Amino acid sequence: MSRFIAARLLTIIPIMLGVSFFVFMLAHLAPGDVTTTLTGPYATEEVREQIRIKYGLNEPLMVQYGNWLGRVVQGEFGKSIANRRLVAELIFPKFANTAILALTSAALAYVIGLFVGIFAASRPYSLFDRLAMSGTLLFGSIPPFWLGLLLVLLFSLTWRWLPATGMTKIIDGGGPGDVILHLILPTIAAAAAPAAIIVRTVRATMLEILSQNYIKVARAKGIRRNVILRKHALRNALPPIATICGLQLGYLLGGVLFVEVIFAWPGIGSQLWAAIQARDIPTIQGASLIIAVSFVLVNLVVDVFNAYTDPKIRISEGMRA
Amino acid sequence: MSTSANSSLDKGRRRNTAAELRRENFRIMIRTLILAWHAFAKDRAAVVALIFLGVVVMISIFAPYISPYDPTDAVAKRGAPPGSTGVILGADLDGRDILSRLLWGGRVSLLIGVVPTVAGTLIAIFLGLVAGYIGGWLDQVIMRILDIFFAFPLVLMAIVVAGILQPGVLTIIIAITIGLIPYITRLVRTTTVSVKQQPYIEAARAGGAPVPTIVVRYVLPNMLAPVIVYSTTLIGLMMVVGSGLSFLGLGVQPPEADWGIMVSEGRAVLKKAPHATAFPGLVIVVVSLAFSFIGDGLRDALDPRARIR
Repeated sequence: MSRFIAARLLTIIPIMLGVSFFVFMLAHLAPGDVTTTLTGPYATEEVREQIRIKYGLNEPLMVQYGNWLGRVVQGEFGKSIANRRLVAELIFPKFANTAILALTSAALAYVIGLFVGIFAASRPYSLFDRLAMSGTLLFGSIPPFWLGLLLVLLFSLTWRWLPATGMTKIIDGGGPGDVILHLILPTIAAAAAPAAIIVRTVRATMLEILSQNYIKVARAKGIRRNVILRKHALRNALPPIATICGLQLGYLLGGVLFVEVIFAWPGIGSQLWAAIQARDIPTIQGASLIIAVSFVLVNLVVDVFNAYTDPKIRISEGMRA
Repeated sequence: MSTSANSSLDKGRRRNTAAELRRENFRIMIRTLILAWHAFAKDRAAVVALIFLGVVVMISIFAPYISPYDPTDAVAKRGAPPGSTGVILGADLDGRDILSRLLWGGRVSLLIGVVPTVAGTLIAIFLGLVAGYIGGWLDQVIMRILDIFFAFPLVLMAIVVAGILQPGVLTIIIAITIGLIPYITRLVRTTTVSVKQQPYIEAARAGGAPVPTIVVRYVLPNMLAPVIVYSTTLIGLMMVVGSGLSFLGLGVQPPEADWGIMVSEGRAVLKKAPHATAFPGLVIVVVSLAFSFIGDGLRDALDPRARIR
């Protein structure tokens, strides 16, 4: 097992290098001079020259990348152009807030996905199954930002049950009760699409497994339906389900951006959006790098989980490594 | 003399058979398409969705002739509710007719869904065929670079690329195309590798067919079905993503209309004029659903093995 983890860890090194290079290149891909993107449009030529020397912009690209990477590894992304604070100070607390929202949304999506998916698969083509499938189509097509606005319109503006915005400080704010109240609507808005995808995957995987011969044998032996579902089918369905669940959590880290913008949630997505509007390249780099790295790590955890639960994967991957 | 006459006669005959072969191939293609259409036509939801989308496309094309007002003109009271005189679906916060803006907005919103998916699919087919059929170090280089792009969730990738470039429709199209390429390429490559192992490919190779001929005439048509199905299902999703980028202000700039930016503009008057947000969002949902239904129908018609999913 430890060998598998070690082998899998090795594979993420080139990916991380590539990701960091792409993020580094963002500053050069932006239209206009790099010094403009780093200092804003009003810098004088002297300041630009200082910046060129300070950041080594006169050096070859790969040297620049090496220097930049050296700083980033130490958690130093430079200063935000928009508000002169260190990017690291700005994004790490925001990332924690995003992680809270992404985790609650993922948890809600998992619960809905597993229960609805398994129930639908246990009674295929029943009324419940067909309703659930229509529901997944519908919720898979709803833009999260529009769903968020509808929720705000109904629950905050019309019925006044739940707050729409106003979450500024999560720690030292109004306490956990306040945080939970502020979490409900964004969580629902962000969880809808992933839940739809998980329901479909769980149902398809379970249906495929329930048609296998060993399930027929179990049924012929008179084992109760629930036990078959839980012990014989679900266990074998776990790897693909875990994979899709992990992917959805990873997508949520980036995808909650829309929901964060709607509900003014102080997360990395809102920060990224603000940075894009201000053309604040260092913050864009920091925010996108931290999201991409966490996405890679989530996928790593899923792979390890799958290897842990499914010996077939462990052995074949271990051999290859 | 006689030999040269003979050989030219031979050539003529060969050209003849080649032309016959082409005609025969063409007939087979038409027959396959008809078969696929019959399978597709059995799925009533898909056919209804196709007709609906056809109407939406026609409306978008002819928007200048059928829209009651100019989409950027203030024609009614600010935030007038649906059913007010002259504006069936009401007016937005600037008093512009929502119906006209929806009709015109379809031009941009449909483009944002369709163009990146088509462009991404074409690029992915090329990359995937090269990686899958030629293999070797080319395969390694292409797939390892795509691994890096996979590390960015599609929405993040699109937002970052669109945010770095100047806002505009073209920007959104480029951003989504880049985000899509890795996903489709992976499917093309897997399918190509499995087609490559088929006996008919080996037969073509043994017959001395050059690589481009094998790839274009034998591999491409046999790996296309799942790719087309996958891409079609992506169009609706990409419309949602694209409308999100518009919503964030990365696409068309005011006063132009597109469904995403209409939702965003309605947000400011959510309580006073909920219809300004509700209608464009509803249109996005319905059109995106229609693409899903067509994708499902195409899957059943072209790729029956995947039907359980």
